Amino acid sequence: MSLKKKISMTVNGQLINAEVEPRRHLVDFLREDLHLKGPHLGCEQGACGACTVKVDGQIIRGCLFLAVQADGSVVETVEGLTKNGTLTDLQESFMRHNAMQCGFCSSGMLLAAAELIEQQPKATREQVREWISGNYCRCTGYHSIVDAIVDVLDARAKGQKIKPVVANA
Amino acid sequence: MNKPSDLKGMVLDPVTNDQRYIGNSEPRHGARRLLEGQGTYIDDIQLPRMGHVVYWRSPVAHMKIGKIHTEHASKMPGVLAVVDGVQMAKICKPWVATLGHLAGMKSAPQHALAIDRACWQGEPVVAVVAETRAQAEDALQHIDVEWEELPAVVSMETALDADTPLIHPELGDNLCFTRSLDVGNVDEVFATADVVAEATFGFGRHTGVTLEPRCQIADYNPGDRRLTVYHSQQAPHMMQDLYCRQFGLSESDVHVICKDVGGSFGIKVHAYPDDFATVGLAMMLERPVKFVADRLESFTSDIHAREHRIKGRIAANKAGDILAFEIDDLTAIGPYSMFPRTSAIEGNQVVNLVGGPYKHQNYRAHLNVVFQNKTPTCQYRGVGHPIACAVTEGLVDLAAQKLQMDPLEFRKRNVIPDDAYPCSGISGIKLEVLSHEQCLRTIEKMMDYSALRKEQAELRKKGIYRGIGFATLIELTNPSPAFYGVGGARIASQDGATVRMDPSGVVSVLIGVGEQGQGTEGIYTQIAADAVGVSIDQVRIVTGDTDVTPYGGGTWASRGAGVGGEAVLLAAQALQENILKLAGAILNRPVAELIARRGYILDKATGEQLLPFSEVGRVGYFRTDTLPAGFSADLMVTRHYTQKDYPFIFTNGVQASYVEVDPETGFVKLLKHWAVEDCGRVINPMLVNEQVRGAIVQGIGGVLFEECLYDESGLLRNGSMADYLVPMANEMPDIEVAHVETPTQSSKLGAKGAGEAGTAGAPGAVQNAINDALAPFNASVFDQPITCEKILRALKKI
Repeated sequence: MSLKKKISMTVNGQLINAEVEPRRHLVDFLREDLHLKGPHLGCEQGACGACTVKVDGQIIRGCLFLAVQADGSVVETVEGLTKNGTLTDLQESFMRHNAMQCGFCSSGMLLAAAELIEQQPKATREQVREWISGNYCRCTGYHSIVDAIVDVLDARAKGQKIKPVVANA
Repeated sequence: MNKPSDLKGMVLDPVTNDQRYIGNSEPRHGARRLLEGQGTYIDDIQLPRMGHVVYWRSPVAHMKIGKIHTEHASKMPGVLAVVDGVQMAKICKPWVATLGHLAGMKSAPQHALAIDRACWQGEPVVAVVAETRAQAEDALQHIDVEWEELPAVVSMETALDADTPLIHPELGDNLCFTRSLDVGNVDEVFATADVVAEATFGFGRHTGVTLEPRCQIADYNPGDRRLTVYHSQQAPHMMQDLYCRQFGLSESDVHVICKDVGGSFGIKVHAYPDDFATVGLAMMLERPVKFVADRLESFTSDIHAREHRIKGRIAANKAGDILAFEIDDLTAIGPYSMFPRTSAIEGNQVVNLVGGPYKHQNYRAHLNVVFQNKTPTCQYRGVGHPIACAVTEGLVDLAAQKLQMDPLEFRKRNVIPDDAYPCSGISGIKLEVLSHEQCLRTIEKMMDYSALRKEQAELRKKGIYRGIGFATLIELTNPSPAFYGVGGARIASQDGATVRMDPSGVVSVLIGVGEQGQGTEGIYTQIAADAVGVSIDQVRIVTGDTDVTPYGGGTWASRGAGVGGEAVLLAAQALQENILKLAGAILNRPVAELIARRGYILDKATGEQLLPFSEVGRVGYFRTDTLPAGFSADLMVTRHYTQKDYPFIFTNGVQASYVEVDPETGFVKLLKHWAVEDCGRVINPMLVNEQVRGAIVQGIGGVLFEECLYDESGLLRNGSMADYLVPMANEMPDIEVAHVETPTQSSKLGAKGAGEAGTAGAPGAVQNAINDALAPFNASVFDQPITCEKILRALKKI
């Protein structure tokens, strides 16, 4: 059964034209057709958040969103948001706090954290915990992730940047 | 020895001659690419001509397999093969997972794809390979297996009853393993003790839920008859060996590669039937085949763990001395013992560890490990430790309560004193050097215990019920060959490291222990940089490739730092010696006059910089003509390390939990958690903290949320992430971690393991905190996970 639909979208700044089966999920399209490695598949039912990507400025679950739904949209993944610097502060802070271990949840976690910083710049530690409760992490126990995000919130409040982590020579 | 440490910097004597990284919280630079979405997990790899396999798995707990109709599925678009158990058995031998040193242990032969019978819901029966995953899944709908449901053994309580059907009639009964231990005068002590307390502890089955599911790509090249397997696995050399033996290949013809692994926790240290089936398919089809478990498959085919029912009792005297422990452990492991580590190890550990921190001299334990028709269980993070700790610490609190002694004081009085080592625990375990007393003192201060008790008492007057719970623990790490080797399992307890200096002075470390997020690559970088004498940005780590790295055991039993780290240290120090010898030859000076520091050869007396490593490398590789006749510049060295002094090196620690229980709803709020950990020399405090925290949260999952629930016919009721609860950020407390450093003398580095103690202690600490909160109601719960419903039942509210 193959009834392919033509779609076009901007993915990480690049215009993409493709033909996909209507049943193809956005995360499968990004991973398998565009060979992006950032969004991951953890649960395939919207529970874990590993597949989080941005569509038209909002984070969504790539495993619950069909590729055809993104037709005409602007899609951003951790790769694009790394390149344009959106995530730099968070990535440096995650490095500093070792706020990831296996890294499988990290791209989704970073995108969720970035949206929190945008929408709730005065979030408390408890609010940070609540916000990232849509994203599973099985390795860290969350404490370091909360620390990392709170540091970025504090830095932003003071108008500062997070200092890059460099190898100690 | 036991120096307390804020661990901002090194507190122990240095282990290298220019130490600046070991002991410090260096960020792990290798992780940056993971934060940028540039990791390479198995599902990120796409090979030319790669097929995708999905498995038709048993829909019921126990069934007789009849005729398998594959005609329709075989003709579906893109389908490359449909293979059943009989076809698979022609190239893959069956296996039996027992260990010689677990006397009397038995299990039945198991196949890559079930033949005649399937024994648990989720056992793979038929493989469908197609050009795309979607095509394989489409074809799967058209596999028609005739099957007849057989009676299932579901309850472990009745598994040994005479009228319970036998899962494997040829074994004679449903008993996999049994062990009894009786030391001292248990009966007499219990008969005459001032205080005896007892309880029955329940532990629900749970599973690891690695965020990246189990996955692999098998690729067989008929031209050179070589099998390459990309695998999300913890023990690549073990899998290489197993593939050789099950498929009749030579070791040199099997290549296992582990790249980024998205969580492991013991789930990915076992050899699963579908691992072998995927390899068999690649060999049959002579093209790469990818298997990625979906989440529903993960829940029914990843190993489960920890289904136990333990009756336990403790005896103490009026003075507050613990006199004896007695336990009776019943546990069930599914229909087969898991290959190759065996499923009897978990119960065996419970017997070894109950009562372990305490100096009592009377102990009796009985263990029955039974078969049942549920997903096989095996080693998962902490293996037996969380169970042993929750039982021990639950009993210790009950005894303290009866004696009206403070639980912390009671522990202080009864732990094996810090000056008593080395000694043997009453179960026969050998304890090298532990620090219970110091850990208890540290946690008391850290949590401001007396203030917390005051707060608890004040709030109780206002109808707010908070509880404080402790768990003292021991954990085995750095295993010797006595763990598996003596039992006949081909699982390496040794590990090797190769350290190489390249012409520019850059150092590469090749090691068998891989990275699944723990930070092993990070600590190896620190160790190698210090031991060779370069900066950490001059060190590169290569792991997870059986063609390249020295042979080793990989990641299990918290051996990465203690065994792998020691191998890196020995190899890196040997390389530094060789660099100095070469510099001596270049400079025509005695080696004794030279030292290596930070990428330079210095004059030992004056500190003058004589040569950069890059010059040593240039001459060593490109101008050997200038060196004395017969001089060999060996800038690549390999050293191996096995811990042989003890069966394992035990670590210890203590945790405390502070919770609030709402007696109206049974809801438990975790307020705070503290952990003091002694893992010997701490190589990177930040990474150890994160290991401890992550492990604690997995332990909290076990005590409060996680359980694989089955119905009475043996069907899993909650096989999805929406139904199976794992801890989320919002429910978790902040976790404070402190360290005591008591290095092991069995190695130069002195590192013990740090990966599992968190999981071992958390269930006991949280259980005791809940029961402390419930104490005013004379209620207690010892059945994990401790749900709101169980609390309300204990309170007789429902």
